[in-house]
Amino acid sequence: MLHELTLCGLAAKLDAREVSAREAMQACLDRIDAVDGRVSAFMSVDRDDALGQADAADAALAKGATHAGQPLLGVPVSMKDLFCIRGQPANCSSKILGDFRSPYDGTVVRKLRDAGAVLFGRVNMDEFAMGSSTENSAFGRTHNPWDLERVPGGSSGGSAAAVVAQECFGSIGTDTGGSIRQPAALCGCVGLKPTYGRVSRYGVVAFASSLDQVGPLARDVRDSAVLLGAMAGHDPRDSTSVPTEVPDYVAGLGGDLKGIRLGLPREYLIDGIDPGVRAAFDEAVKQCEALGAEIHEVSMPHTEYGVATYYIVATAEASANLARFDGIRYGDRVDGDDPFSLYCNTRGRGFGEEVKRRIILGTYVLSSGYYDAYYLRAQKVRTLIKRDFEQAFESVDALITPTVPAPAFKAGEKMDDPLQMYLSDIFTISCNLAGTCGISLPCGFTGDPKLPIGLQILGKPFEESRLLQIAHAYEQATPWHRERAVL
Amino acid sequence: MEYEAVIGLETHCQLKTNSKMFCGCANEFGAEPNTNVCPVCLGMPGVLPVPNERALQLTALTGYLLNCEVPGFAKFDRKNYFYPDVCKDYQITQYDFPSTTTGQVDFEFGGGIERVRITRAHLEEDVGKNNHFAQHSGVDFNRAGVPLLEIVSEPDLRSADMAYEYLNSLKDILIYGGVSDCDMEKGMVRCDVNISVRPKGGSELGVKVEIKNMNTFSGVRRAINYEVPRQIETLEAGGTLVQETRRWDDVAGITESMRTKEHAHDYRYFPEPDLMPLKPDEAWLAEVRSQIVELPLARKQRFAKDYGIPAQDADVFVGNVPLGGFFEQAIEGASNPKAIANWVINNLQARLTETGTTIGDLKFEPSAIRELVAIIDTGTISSTGGQEVFAELFENGGSPAAIVEDRGLAQVSDSGELDKWCQEAIDANPGPADDFRNGKENAINFLKGQVMKASRGKANPQVVGETLAKLLKG
Repeated sequence: MLHELTLCGLAAKLDAREVSAREAMQACLDRIDAVDGRVSAFMSVDRDDALGQADAADAALAKGATHAGQPLLGVPVSMKDLFCIRGQPANCSSKILGDFRSPYDGTVVRKLRDAGAVLFGRVNMDEFAMGSSTENSAFGRTHNPWDLERVPGGSSGGSAAAVVAQECFGSIGTDTGGSIRQPAALCGCVGLKPTYGRVSRYGVVAFASSLDQVGPLARDVRDSAVLLGAMAGHDPRDSTSVPTEVPDYVAGLGGDLKGIRLGLPREYLIDGIDPGVRAAFDEAVKQCEALGAEIHEVSMPHTEYGVATYYIVATAEASANLARFDGIRYGDRVDGDDPFSLYCNTRGRGFGEEVKRRIILGTYVLSSGYYDAYYLRAQKVRTLIKRDFEQAFESVDALITPTVPAPAFKAGEKMDDPLQMYLSDIFTISCNLAGTCGISLPCGFTGDPKLPIGLQILGKPFEESRLLQIAHAYEQATPWHRERAVL
Repeated sequence: MEYEAVIGLETHCQLKTNSKMFCGCANEFGAEPNTNVCPVCLGMPGVLPVPNERALQLTALTGYLLNCEVPGFAKFDRKNYFYPDVCKDYQITQYDFPSTTTGQVDFEFGGGIERVRITRAHLEEDVGKNNHFAQHSGVDFNRAGVPLLEIVSEPDLRSADMAYEYLNSLKDILIYGGVSDCDMEKGMVRCDVNISVRPKGGSELGVKVEIKNMNTFSGVRRAINYEVPRQIETLEAGGTLVQETRRWDDVAGITESMRTKEHAHDYRYFPEPDLMPLKPDEAWLAEVRSQIVELPLARKQRFAKDYGIPAQDADVFVGNVPLGGFFEQAIEGASNPKAIANWVINNLQARLTETGTTIGDLKFEPSAIRELVAIIDTGTISSTGGQEVFAELFENGGSPAAIVEDRGLAQVSDSGELDKWCQEAIDANPGPADDFRNGKENAINFLKGQVMKASRGKANPQVVGETLAKLLKG
C-alpha cells in the first residue's frame, strides 16, 4: 500500500514515475478517512488545496523535474498547527486565534515548497506547544496509534501520531523542551530537534523564542535527513538563524560507529526510570558498542536544575510572546467596556488552563522584585547547563540517553498534576537550554501493552550530520523502525 | 524659602531612515492609515524582527554628536505593557545596555554657554496611533515600528526657558547630523519632562513628577512654567508632593494627575530573545565616525573666531550649511573675510532665494567672489560695477576679471584722462565751479557727477574728487 512507504521510498517511486503525486496524496487522504476518526491527529485538511498541490507536482514531474533537484517533489507532509501558511489557519490548537488565517508563508513553509513538498493538513498539538501529551489542545486530544487509550506525547503529538498512523510521509513539528523528541519516542518514530539557529523560526508561532526550534518527525533516519536538509539554513528574516553551511545530510549517512565516542550522562540514569525503558536503553548501548562505539560515562552536574530553569525561561518568554493575542487586530475578540476588560474577556475565554498557568508563571518571574531571584538566576543556571554540555563534548562525540523515563501514559493520568507532566521532559529539556541538537529514534518496545521506547542521541552544536549518521547506524542494525502500529 | 526647579528631559525623535526599525515598510508620514504595514509591524503570529542597519548607525552617530560613549556591547529588551497601539503588547527597546551612554550637550543660553549631561540615547520602535471616533476607536499602525531614539538628559535644567533652548539645540544637532528631520508638525519629536523642586542650592532631589508625551517645545515650556509654581506653592502651603505621572492639557494650560507611583506600570523588561546582542566592531564604528559633522555651536564659534565675522553672520552660515561651505571656500587666502561674508549673505543668498536655486546650481566658483571683492578693494571697479559683475556671474558664470574686461568696467584712475575730463567739467559749468571756490563745498558733487557721466561711470570717484579739488583750488 502506498501509505506504508517511507518518504524516501515514495520519492523514489515518484522519481521513477511509478506513482503520481496525486495518487500519493489520495493515499494519505484515504488513510486519514480510514483511521483518523480513531487517532485524531488532524485538525483540518484542505483536500482541494492538497490535491491541487499534488497536481502541480505531477505537472512539474511531467516537465522533467527530478528528485535530485527537488527531493520532496510530490511528497505529502503534514504541518503542526503553528506554522504560518498563506491563506491557511494557524490556530496553535487554541481557541483564541478564532478564524485567523495567515497572510504570509513562513520560511520553513517556503523552503519545503521549494523542495517540492505538498504541505497539507494541520496536525494537533498542545495549545501553543505547551504540554507533553497533546491533551492541552482546545480541539480535543490525539490518540497514540499503539494504544488509543494513551497519549501520543506532545506538544507535537499530532505530528508523531500522523506519521506513525501512516497518514502522511513526514510531519514538521517544533521542539521547545522535547516537543518533537518526546512524542516521537512515545509513538515510535524518529524526531529530530536541530541546533538552535539551524532552521529559521520566521513564520512559526513562538512559544519560547530562545528555545523553539523546528524539526522533522519521520518514519526513519533517512527520511529525517531529507526533511532537515530541505529546511535548514540561514534566513535573513531570523536574526537568530546562523549562517553556517548546510551539509548534505543524506550523503553523510552510512557506515558503522567505529571510533565514535558516546557519553552516558550519569545524572540521566536515575532511579525511577521505567524498567522496560531502562532494559531497552541498556540493550541499545550494547548495540552501539557492538557497532564499534566507545562508551564513556560522563557527568553533567547541573542536569537536576534543567526542568526548573526551563519553566522559568520558557514561561517568561511565553508571557511576552502570547501577549499579542489580545483581540485587537486578529483572532477571537470578546468585547469589554474599555481596552483592559476587552483584554481580560478575550484572553480569559481564549486561552486554556495550561497556557494561562504558564503566562501567569512567566509574568511572575519577570516582575519587579522577583526578576533577580527567578529569571536572572535561571539565565545563570542555563549557562552552567550549557557548560555541562561543552565539557561533556570535550571527551565524547555525542551523548545517549533514554528520550523519556517512561512509555506513553494513559490520557487524563497526569492532567491534574502539572509537575508530574513536566517531568516527562526531564531528559529532553537540557538540550534546548544548551541550544544543541538531539534526535529520538525507536529502540524497542515494552511488553504488555506493547508501547514504543525512544533512544535519544544528543550531538554537538551544528553536528546534525554526525547525529544522523550515528542514529542511522543504530537504526539499520535494529528492527524497531520497521514495526508498525496496527489500526 | 527660595526654591529652584530641577528638570530632566526624555526626548524621543524618529530617525531618518527609509524603512522601519524591524521590517521593510516605508518610514513615511502622512500615508493612508494602515498602508505602510506588514505582518512584522502588525505583530502577526510567527513574525520576527530584523534590525535596520541604518538606524543602528544613526544611533551610534547621535552618540558621537552628543559626546556619548558608544559601548562595544548593547542589546535590545522587551518592555511589556498592554495597549491597543502596541502591536505585540511589548515594545522592543534598550533597557540596561543601551547603544550610547554618558554624553553632554553644550548650548547658548542667557548670554553664555550651558551644559546638559546626557544619560543615554537608546534605540526603540515607535508605536501606532490610536484614533477615537464617535462610536469606536481605530489604530493606525503606519507609525508602528518607526525607529525612535530616546535621548535622556540628566536633571541639569533649571528653568522652562533653559529647557526650551536645550531642546532647540538638540533639534539643531539632530538635523545637522542628518539623524532626524525633527519635524514637530509630523510628530517626529515628543518629550517627557521630569520635574522636581528643592530649596535653592540644595543637593538632594525633591519628589519627581513626570509629564508625559508633549509634542511641542513651547508646550514643554508652558508645562514647566505651570508645574514648577504648582509644586512650590504646594510645598509653601505645607502640602506634600507625590511621585506621579501627569498629563499636560495644552488647551487648559494645566497639568493633571494620570497615575501615582503605586499604580506605575511594571514593564517586566527582559532581553529580547529574537535579536542578537549588538557588538559594534572598530571598522563599523570607524564608518559611523566618518559621518560625524561639526556641531552648530562649534561651527558658530569657529566662524566668529577664525574669520572675524559678526555672530549674526556666523549664525547664517550655521543655519545654511552649504552657504557656509561656499563662504569657507571663497575666503581661502583672502584678506577680507568680512567683505566676502557680506557678498555671500547679502547678494548671493538673496539671489538664491529669489531664483529658488541652491549652491549646487551656481555657474561660478567660490573663488570668483574672492576675486570680485579683491578688485573692488583695490579700486579696479566701483561697488556699482561690482554689482554688475556679480549679476553677470550669477546669470552666466565666468570670471570677474573677464567680465570687467568685456564690459569695460575698470575704473579710470589715470591722471591724464581724468585731468582732461575734470577740466572740461569745470569749463562747462562755471557756476558750480565758482560756488565751490566761494566756499560751497557741496557744489563739487555736481561737477563730480558730470565727470562720472563723461567717463560713463568708469572714473574712480575718489580720484575724481581729489582732481577736481586740486584744479579748482588751482
